Amino acid sequence: MRKLESHAEPSDGGVPAKSSSVAPGSQRPSPPVSEIRRYLLARGNSALADGLFKGVMTTCAISIFAIVGLIAIELILQSQLTWHKFGLSFFYKLNIDPDTHLPVFWDPVNGIFYALPFLYGTLVSSLVALIIAVPLAIGVAIFLTEMCPGFLRAPLSFLTELLAAIPSVVYGLWAIFVLVPLLREHISPIFIGAFSYPPVVKLFGWTGLVGDDGLFGGPNLGLGLLAAGTILAIMILPIIASLTREVMTAVPRSQREAVLALGATRWEMIRMGVLRNARIGIVGSIILGLGRALGETMAVAMVIGNSPEIHRSLLSTGHSMASVIANEFSEATSDLHRSALVEIGLALFVVTIIVNALARMLVWAVTRGTPARVQ
Amino acid sequence: MKDKIKLQSARSSVRSISDHLATGLAILATILVVAPLIAIFVYLVYKGASSLNLAFFTETPKPEGEAGGGMANAIVGSAVLLGIASLMGIPVGIGGGIYLAEFGRGTRLANAIRFTADVLNGVPSIVMGIAAYSLVVVPQHHFSAFSGGVALGIMMIPTVTRTTEEMLLMVPNSVREAALGLGVPGWRSVLSITLKTASPGVITGCMLAFARVAGETAPLIFTALGNQFWSVSLNQPIAALPLQIYIYAISPYEDQHRLAWAGALVLIALIVTAVALVRFVASRGILKGAS
Repeated sequence: MRKLESHAEPSDGGVPAKSSSVAPGSQRPSPPVSEIRRYLLARGNSALADGLFKGVMTTCAISIFAIVGLIAIELILQSQLTWHKFGLSFFYKLNIDPDTHLPVFWDPVNGIFYALPFLYGTLVSSLVALIIAVPLAIGVAIFLTEMCPGFLRAPLSFLTELLAAIPSVVYGLWAIFVLVPLLREHISPIFIGAFSYPPVVKLFGWTGLVGDDGLFGGPNLGLGLLAAGTILAIMILPIIASLTREVMTAVPRSQREAVLALGATRWEMIRMGVLRNARIGIVGSIILGLGRALGETMAVAMVIGNSPEIHRSLLSTGHSMASVIANEFSEATSDLHRSALVEIGLALFVVTIIVNALARMLVWAVTRGTPARVQ
Repeated sequence: MKDKIKLQSARSSVRSISDHLATGLAILATILVVAPLIAIFVYLVYKGASSLNLAFFTETPKPEGEAGGGMANAIVGSAVLLGIASLMGIPVGIGGGIYLAEFGRGTRLANAIRFTADVLNGVPSIVMGIAAYSLVVVPQHHFSAFSGGVALGIMMIPTVTRTTEEMLLMVPNSVREAALGLGVPGWRSVLSITLKTASPGVITGCMLAFARVAGETAPLIFTALGNQFWSVSLNQPIAALPLQIYIYAISPYEDQHRLAWAGALVLIALIVTAVALVRFVASRGILKGAS
């Protein structure tokens, strides 16, 4: 009679609902269908209705396949024109105008379409976002799992939940009217000063990152890659922090106790007992954050400055893959223009699929075995 | 001997200093993260509330540069778009979840579908917009509310599917067997017993998906397009709250900025209400604690 045991899940007491998209590893092992149930299902005279029902549900499930397939096919078909005209050089060619000797990447009027500045803008703004967000997110996760007094935990986690719910366009609105002036007037001048300070220039001049044509050279508009990276950092922080927290709580308590029993301080316990065990999952959550940053559209489009150029300076304006689609698609002037935008979308689609799959596998590898919650 | 003791005490003080340093840094990081977030909220409420008035809810946008006007058409437009999206996304999503939890357990097809749903969840919303454009707008030859709803509906499906599946898996098998033992047909037991038992969790998933697409702008730019006038026709371009916020935010007029802030506050209020409702429903149902 073992098979008739109920498979009720043990209640693990007030654990907050996990977002479904987070960890495929949290899947419970599916219990086998009992003999009694099989008998009861086979006995009835509702075989037709049951079959129909199962068919409809299966269709719904398969439609998810169909949707992803349709998206891929449409993107490939609609970008054929650009593919035939430019081939792979669409993504990497540094196109120099023969008359002016200046780079021209994107000129809808003359039918010149090369995507390099958009790749550059997306990459740089996402990297800036990660550089700002990752240390902060890990710090917050450490604070929440290891140090936070109980009364602060609920409000802080509620705040992160709210932040994840703020739409991208509202972040963009805030960025235009608060962040950009703040960067222009108070934060960028500090960096400009530091990066053009003569001893610094003398010492690091060979890197090409300091001075007037370095990372913080050129006109300081506020809008630009730095502003885009900063708003992206604010947007991906809650995601990285909450996933990192989840991975860290999945580290079994015995690990912590073992390290503490050896006489470690709290920081040593966190470093050796927690971070080292959770590092793969943390990398996974950072990659998931990166995936989000790469595809983020509205907030970036509102502050990146929208110019298809490549400059070394973070203060210069740029364009990202998503923002150029948002800006130009509805008023594309020619079929070639539209198909070039679709090809950028296709690239975005492929890249985010790879990044997300990678991240999910990493997070899954860590949270799979031990759903045990600490505290 | 003495040197050794000195060395040890020096080492332990280094250790304790680094411990304090790490604690301090973690607290600093938390403050650095929380402060701008609270700043965003406070600023939004302050700016939004001072620009909000009755006209915002009752009037349509004024021509550019003219003061006054509201976003009544955008609020209604958002409702229409979200209605289409929910009608499309929720039934398909729940159906997919039922398949994964009830029929496809452990099969390779189910695993593939689960993975595809996660992939779909990570696809940037702007790409969804292109997909909806080429699937609906191009064959129809014009922008329409319907195409915007389709784009949003597709985005709801993966979230709804995955939460429905997780919630259904939590229903004990004995409940299913009891229903079947009483002579209820299989399909009926799934709908009236299993799904009903899991309904608080399923509703949570639907609301989360709803809250997520309510603020989406990118897929609407070249599907629903936006509309300055009153329209509820599914065949015409339609205004939407997030879209209108975007258009006003990048416009040069002070008065439109004011409206953008008010719109942002209304949008956030809508979403926060949905999220709070979710927490309320989730904290009451039978799945409390087990979810």
